[in-house]
Amino acid sequence: MIETILNVVVDGLLIGGIYALIAVGLSLQYGVAKVLNIAHGEFIMLGGFITWTSYKVFGINPLLSVAICGPLIFVLGFVLHLALFKRIRMTSETEGAFEGNSMLACFGLMFIIQNVAILIWGAGIKGYSYLGFPVSFGGGAVFPANRLTTLAVAVIICIVFYLFLSRSHMGKGIRAAAQDPDTAQLVGVDINRVLALCFGFGALMAGLAGTLVSMCYKVEPTMGLEYTIIAIIVVVLGGMGSILGSFLGGILLGLIGSLVSHIEPGLTLASFYLIFMILLLVKPTGIFGK
Amino acid sequence: MILKSKRLFYLLCLLLFLLIMLLSPLYTSDYFLILVSNILMYIVLTVSWTIFSGPTGYISLAPAAFFGIGIYTSAIMGSQFSLPVILATGAAAAFCCALLVGMVTLRLQGIYFTIFTFGLVELLGEVVQWWEVNVTGTTGRIVPGTEYTTVYYTMLGIAVVLMLTAYIIKHSRYGLALQSIGEYEEAAGHTGVNVTALKIVSFAVSALFMGACGVIMATRWTYIDPSIAFNPLFSFLPVLMAIFGGVAHLFGPVIGAVIFSYLEEFLTTQFPYYYMLIFGVILVIAIVYLPTGLTGLIRKLGGRLRRRHANT
Amino acid sequence: MPILEASGVTKYFGGLAAVSNVDLSVERGEVYGLIGPNGAGKTTLFNLIAASLVPKPGIIKFNGINITGKKPYQVCRLGLGMTFQTVKIFANMSVLENVLLGSFFGSPKYVPLSEARKRSEELLEFVGLSEAAPTPAKDLTLSSQKRLEVARAMAGNPELLLLDEVMAGLTQTEVSEAMRLVNRIREQGITIVMIEHVMKAIMNLCDRILVLHHGEKIAEGTPEQVAKNEQVIAVYLGE
Repeated sequence: MIETILNVVVDGLLIGGIYALIAVGLSLQYGVAKVLNIAHGEFIMLGGFITWTSYKVFGINPLLSVAICGPLIFVLGFVLHLALFKRIRMTSETEGAFEGNSMLACFGLMFIIQNVAILIWGAGIKGYSYLGFPVSFGGGAVFPANRLTTLAVAVIICIVFYLFLSRSHMGKGIRAAAQDPDTAQLVGVDINRVLALCFGFGALMAGLAGTLVSMCYKVEPTMGLEYTIIAIIVVVLGGMGSILGSFLGGILLGLIGSLVSHIEPGLTLASFYLIFMILLLVKPTGIFGK
Repeated sequence: MILKSKRLFYLLCLLLFLLIMLLSPLYTSDYFLILVSNILMYIVLTVSWTIFSGPTGYISLAPAAFFGIGIYTSAIMGSQFSLPVILATGAAAAFCCALLVGMVTLRLQGIYFTIFTFGLVELLGEVVQWWEVNVTGTTGRIVPGTEYTTVYYTMLGIAVVLMLTAYIIKHSRYGLALQSIGEYEEAAGHTGVNVTALKIVSFAVSALFMGACGVIMATRWTYIDPSIAFNPLFSFLPVLMAIFGGVAHLFGPVIGAVIFSYLEEFLTTQFPYYYMLIFGVILVIAIVYLPTGLTGLIRKLGGRLRRRHANT
Repeated sequence: MPILEASGVTKYFGGLAAVSNVDLSVERGEVYGLIGPNGAGKTTLFNLIAASLVPKPGIIKFNGINITGKKPYQVCRLGLGMTFQTVKIFANMSVLENVLLGSFFGSPKYVPLSEARKRSEELLEFVGLSEAAPTPAKDLTLSSQKRLEVARAMAGNPELLLLDEVMAGLTQTEVSEAMRLVNRIREQGITIVMIEHVMKAIMNLCDRILVLHHGEKIAEGTPEQVAKNEQVIAVYLGE
């Protein structure tokens, strides 16, 4: 009994770490840049494939490929915002119109990135084994080392990012822009640059999550949407735009998922949707929201 | 006077076009009928999406859910019932489901509503999948097929009724009220519009046609499973087609649906690997450069030409 | 029987009372002013009367009917029209369509198109916007947009009209015009409750005035009485 509970909890924490990382990225994009990035999962997929390529083709350690994957995907996100969303923001009459239009543009991006990935890597499933040896806990629970590593890395990335937001000059600019873009602009924050940075950072976190995902699971070009949906659910769970809420929400959803899949594996995703829809109706500001 | 004769001219053109459509099974190939049925399907999905989402600005991603309900109605009632009965049941089921969904969700604002409707499609898909695997012990179902011409005529019938309904709604007081909701929901309420009821009913009316559309398409596909019936593409494509065509006019979504469904046919046969890629590119371009859609662009160009005419 | 009656109306936002225990009673045919410094709760009180917000606690009666907890469209159809502090016209609809909407839906009975069109055109004439009928409402000037809101609110044949700062942001001549408009509305037998910061208009138009401060009623009476009230003077001079 205790063994089962421990299994469920640790398993939930392990996947919850990745959920949290993904959701923090999306939360940044939606909370500050107001882009509900439906293509978020595509950046995760890209991160996974870049890591796979650098490991399989160039023999680079997956953990080190964070240094390749991160900057590449950050630049991609940054440029995308300047090329696309900045323009949509200028042509949309209201903020509501911008949210709708940019979300639809993200659907387009989703198709584009997914199919470019199929052209480059093919439609098949790719995987590699890394740190696959088991680590045993007390009470008989055993977990593979790679999953433990991903949890540690995910938490470290979230903490680093949290410190960056709360301590650095740029982070303060981002927070100011999130609260009140107009005033932030008045006090000298270059709003377009900040929004593009946020979108870039969001993409970066998705890309890093992709690296971590590829260390434990197989990657394929169509894997993105499931992660996007999970990210959206977590962001709603934690309160739209709240970074800390997204982090806690990710862990929570991981635990719920682990519990449900222990009872009835076929209904894990369905239970996510159900929780999500009930939450939207009862408390759209999220569990941790105001 | 001029306006009246112009309107008469358009009406005659439409009737003539309808006559050609009605007679076309007599002189065309099966391939052509299938192609046109497919285009009609997208027209139905797109125009019915526009009935609610066009004027109100609430972007619904639920079409696939209502479409899928129609498909499963068709699969379950299968051979025991006649087509009209199944059609009516599928439409009614989608209508009722939309009423229910509308009642609980339409107080959600903007983007929350969109996400919710998207979640609905995925939830239905997952639950049906689980049910089929664990309770009925199958993954897919065989739907009794019908003649190509039956599919064609039924789809044409649905499309005609839909266009009439959409036209009547758009030019009635309720069309004006729906638009006022999109412009300023709060002010619409204070001007006497029963905002909640109007949103729910128009959402359900649009779902009705999507359900009927699903019923008839299932009989053409003959094999269905949850991932075919609740494919989110059937939510995305109507939105894309409507926005590409422009939602301000009734023929905007029709043009969008015709162009895209033909493009789909063309691309899937010619460039199967680039098909979704090109789709994505067009979607992004349409949103960035054509925020009012093709009809908006044509009107803008038309206005510019007319002004130039007036100047010279 | 007074046309509008509020007793003990209170509304909290978070822990703050925006409107607190306000009683008021408006007689049929009068022009009733609502004044007070910024943030005094005037617009909140309007929203409570027009059913955008629900008082807790408190009761609002319109024509003797308890309207507390009703929906905005129901209150509108009972005969209560309103305009908004920040104009909320339907920007992409034509000026005529804005008013048509009110003619169609603003009254409890079914209004046929011909009648609604006639009523709307008369109202546009009444507020001086006949010429602008086919233009999109967003192309109007601020003062015209405010008059359009008045026409839209009147389209459902209301017995009571809530006017929220219809004169704010207008030029001197436009204010005089708006004052004439208010008088003409009153001549039609419509009761008016108005929020206004333009003192000249308030003093000239209103039969009675209620002064709100921090959500509480601090004075009520004729313009002369209110102008002499020491507490009112203190509030206005102190801030």
